[in-house]
Amino acid sequence: MDYFLQQLINGVTLGSIYGLIAIGYTMVYGIIGMINFAHGDIFMVGSFIALVIIVALGITAATPVLLLILALALVLVVAMALTAVWGWTVERIAYRPLRGSFRLAPLITAIGASIALQNFVQVSQGAKNKPLQPLISGGFQLTDGGADGSGFVVNLSYVQILIVVTTVILMLGFTYLINNTSLGRSQRACEQDRKMAALLGVNVDRTISLTFVMGASLAAVAGLMFLLYYGVVDFYIGFLAGVKAFTAAVLGGIGSLPGAMLGGLLIGLIETFWSGYFSVEYKDVAAFSILAIVLIFMPEGLLGQPEVEKV
Amino acid sequence: MQARQRDSLLVASLKDSLGGAVITFALACVMVGLKVDVASGRGAELFLEHRWFAVAVAVVTVFAGRFLMNMFFWKRDDAPSIGLSGFLPKGGLGNGTTSVLKYAMVALAVVLPFALMFWLGARGSRQYIDLAILVLTYVMLGWGLNIVVGLAGLLDLGYVAFYAVGAYSYALLAHYFGFSFWLCLPLAGILAAFWGIILGFPVLRLRGDYLAIVTLAFGEIIRVVLLNWYEFTGGPDGLSGIPRPSFFGLEFTRGEGGFADFFGLKFSSIHRIIFLYYLIFAMALFTNFVTMRLRRMPIGRAWEALREDEIACRALGINTTTTKLTAFALGAMFAGFAGSFFATRQGFISPESFTFLESAIILAIVVLGGLGSQIGVVIAAIVMIGGFEFFREFEEYRMLVFGMIMVVIMVWKPRGLISSRTPSVALSKNAKGISADLVQEGHG
Repeated sequence: MDYFLQQLINGVTLGSIYGLIAIGYTMVYGIIGMINFAHGDIFMVGSFIALVIIVALGITAATPVLLLILALALVLVVAMALTAVWGWTVERIAYRPLRGSFRLAPLITAIGASIALQNFVQVSQGAKNKPLQPLISGGFQLTDGGADGSGFVVNLSYVQILIVVTTVILMLGFTYLINNTSLGRSQRACEQDRKMAALLGVNVDRTISLTFVMGASLAAVAGLMFLLYYGVVDFYIGFLAGVKAFTAAVLGGIGSLPGAMLGGLLIGLIETFWSGYFSVEYKDVAAFSILAIVLIFMPEGLLGQPEVEKV
Repeated sequence: MQARQRDSLLVASLKDSLGGAVITFALACVMVGLKVDVASGRGAELFLEHRWFAVAVAVVTVFAGRFLMNMFFWKRDDAPSIGLSGFLPKGGLGNGTTSVLKYAMVALAVVLPFALMFWLGARGSRQYIDLAILVLTYVMLGWGLNIVVGLAGLLDLGYVAFYAVGAYSYALLAHYFGFSFWLCLPLAGILAAFWGIILGFPVLRLRGDYLAIVTLAFGEIIRVVLLNWYEFTGGPDGLSGIPRPSFFGLEFTRGEGGFADFFGLKFSSIHRIIFLYYLIFAMALFTNFVTMRLRRMPIGRAWEALREDEIACRALGINTTTTKLTAFALGAMFAGFAGSFFATRQGFISPESFTFLESAIILAIVVLGGLGSQIGVVIAAIVMIGGFEFFREFEEYRMLVFGMIMVVIMVWKPRGLISSRTPSVALSKNAKGISADLVQEGHG
């Protein structure tokens, strides 16, 4: 039971990170109907930017708590802003010129952009993986291990609380943004009918750009969380995280914001329980199989709307 | 009528270039300007390396570049057209040019090893023949994938899985049963086709992007299994000592009974390389021959019809299930052949060789060459793989450039380098090439 609880906590944490990345996929897919293959690498870039700023500011575990919180908030804001510029640039260079082209074209440029981003980071930051000493240590002990005599202690670390709380706050904020602001309205308008939205005075190009910017800044948050949670990044983390987050988006129903979060949580839980109870080596196989199974049997996902086939 | 007066050319250019420079600075200031490195010796402490000069260079380059482009091309009404597109004929190559080019290329490929031997000698030409073998392997893979993506319009991002199945089939059959290459070659093809059907069957209902992602997932699953099934596949260590092919029973060995001995030649390791070259050349031509023949058969026409409109296909009574499955199976079969050739050439295989990147490269060759165009695949393979190997010294940068080139070519010519199709069926006798803009792809 204790072991189950621990896996549950870990799974929810991991799921929050996947959910944050998945939102980027789901928003872009919703608005222009393409898989932004480079989004996983935007997440990786965000993670690196956060790492560089943390090292540049000289934040360590020894920093006083209040200062640490302030500094991390600063890191978060700067990383979000700079990663957003990366997301914007990728959209501007690789996707916008191909708008209205045939469907495969943006997918190919997305793969190209993904390869270019990965190797750019490899060249500029080096191929070695970068271990960061844990900044926030400690946590709550939920059980003392004496309950069932197994001696297994369930830990809920501060980092995990931080990740889940940040994710919830951002999710609430973004839901508000999509549902209640004019930007959200134009996004939903573009999603339904781009041409009609343009006729009614919505600046479609700007709306799409802003979608990429929002997706990238959420990916940067996920990048910082990933860095704090695992304490190590390399230039290759984007691919796997990207595919899993995409799986999450599809599982939740692509185009649906709560769906992305739900899908992220489910993928995180499935992956953690799979590694906890079956085998760590095949955890990626579990995630990929889920992707295939969901797409084949339930292509509209859990919270998505079924796509109507038109002639 | 115009509410805001247009800025003069200079001011507009300056504004635009400044914007570009600011964006470049935002992109580069952290990722280029500061490099996090792991200090060796002092534990795993991280330290920063400053490279502000590189950032300055990037910003100034972008500013100057954009400014000049704005002044002379982008913001001028009388801008001279950029001559780049002039290198390729508009609307692709005509029929006559393509067929001349085709025969010229085949002739060149036939004489290539001997020409190289003549000029550079056995020792000097080896690396070039090796490169030609590599290019031909990718041409064959590209042609195989062209059946799936170019003809049937099914976007497959996990093509390398079948390549892996072919390679591992041969390596494992040779390892456990001692089968020879010539026995394994058809077996590897059949096994890969079989896997094509197994993986193809569940994804039949999917279209477009979803299909791409599921095939990617299948490709990764196969790789992860190969990586972790240590007892059977050797895991990350791979399989080594894969037997070499023989020439009608003649081994390429020194001494009695070898190839050189039989033909009375002096033994040289280049014989085997040239043999491998002609082997892959023949296999690639076979792929092309089968594809071109199939295009004229009902099944090939069904593929192309499927690519254009699946619903219309079904309405006309075409069985989309078998049509899609045959495309998958045939594409996979050729990847299986190429895979067993790869295994026998390398003598060693490991899951490292079958990553997603490999699939992306093959797909890039097909798409950049022009979907459905056989000659386009050849040109793209030569340019990409040749260029790739040519810049081997710039190990770090070449993948970066490769990714950028994929983006640039796609933006510049979204339909690929050869963007015209010869219809397989036409009303008039003299079929004209149709522009690729009229062809729908990737909807399957």
